[in-house]
Amino acid sequence: MILPALFFYLFAAACVASAVMVIVSRNPVHSVLFLILAFVNAAGLFILMGAEFLGMMLIVVYVGAVAVLFLFVIMMLDVDFVELREGFIQYLPIGIVIGGIFMFELLLVVGAWVINPAVTKTITAAIPTNVSNTEALGLVLYTKYIHYFQLAGMVLLVAMIGAIVLTLRHKANVKRQNINVQNARTPEMAMAMRKVASGQGLQDADAAEWVK
Amino acid sequence: MTIGLGHYLAVAAILFTLGILGIFLNRKNIIVILMSIELILLSVNINLVAFSTFLGDIVGQVFALLVLTVAAAEAAIGLAVLVVYFRNRGSIAVEDVNLMKG
Repeated sequence: MILPALFFYLFAAACVASAVMVIVSRNPVHSVLFLILAFVNAAGLFILMGAEFLGMMLIVVYVGAVAVLFLFVIMMLDVDFVELREGFIQYLPIGIVIGGIFMFELLLVVGAWVINPAVTKTITAAIPTNVSNTEALGLVLYTKYIHYFQLAGMVLLVAMIGAIVLTLRHKANVKRQNINVQNARTPEMAMAMRKVASGQGLQDADAAEWVK
Repeated sequence: MTIGLGHYLAVAAILFTLGILGIFLNRKNIIVILMSIELILLSVNINLVAFSTFLGDIVGQVFALLVLTVAAAEAAIGLAVLVVYFRNRGSIAVEDVNLMKG
């Protein structure tokens, strides 16, 4: 029984420590790397709780997509991050005061909470014991919550289109492929037959027209 | 000693507070603010999954999945806005967001 507790404290301590490093780190790249560490440890907590699918999903989605997206954006932007850290000390007291109040309130809630016995009677979809976590999740997600699932897909679609629309820009001096023009091209438009008199060659006017 | 629901809720509470603190400490750096928001959403997910597994109701995990989706979409849109903003102003400092003189 000691092993789950040991792993819980390991994952929790690493998660909290890396979360601290995310917000105090000088270099945003280090922040992202610590964010990845925090997510991996949170995935460990999820697996410890028995939510294996969500734990793996956390690694795939957050570490594989979101954190890498952050990393790309930080590397793409040429920003002086030292300048952005000005005021860190200035905001530290107010931040600690507000964070302390928040922490105090949350710990009061966590320390005093009690589960209403009636809650266990109103469970919507009990976790089945004979199937794996992934299968159990799929059994509810694709039946009872199919509309939420589809709405989540719509949210992702809108986010994807929104991100593309926001960041796409047309440079004025860049030539782009125009498939309609290419398809409408005929041999008559592309080439001309000329009779070239011997020893004279093409006249400039003819050549200019031909090039056109 | 056994690890109960309260332990996970405490971890989530600490992560949530750290996220809030991160927004206050890095008031000029939008990237770190976005990362703090990700931390806050992660703590919410830990809460949802903890209640789900300890009460034996899988709906909490479905909701955590939806929160995960929204968090990913939010990060993508937020970073896209950040990139456009950087192109226009050449800076990502929060106090430079004054084009509309609001």
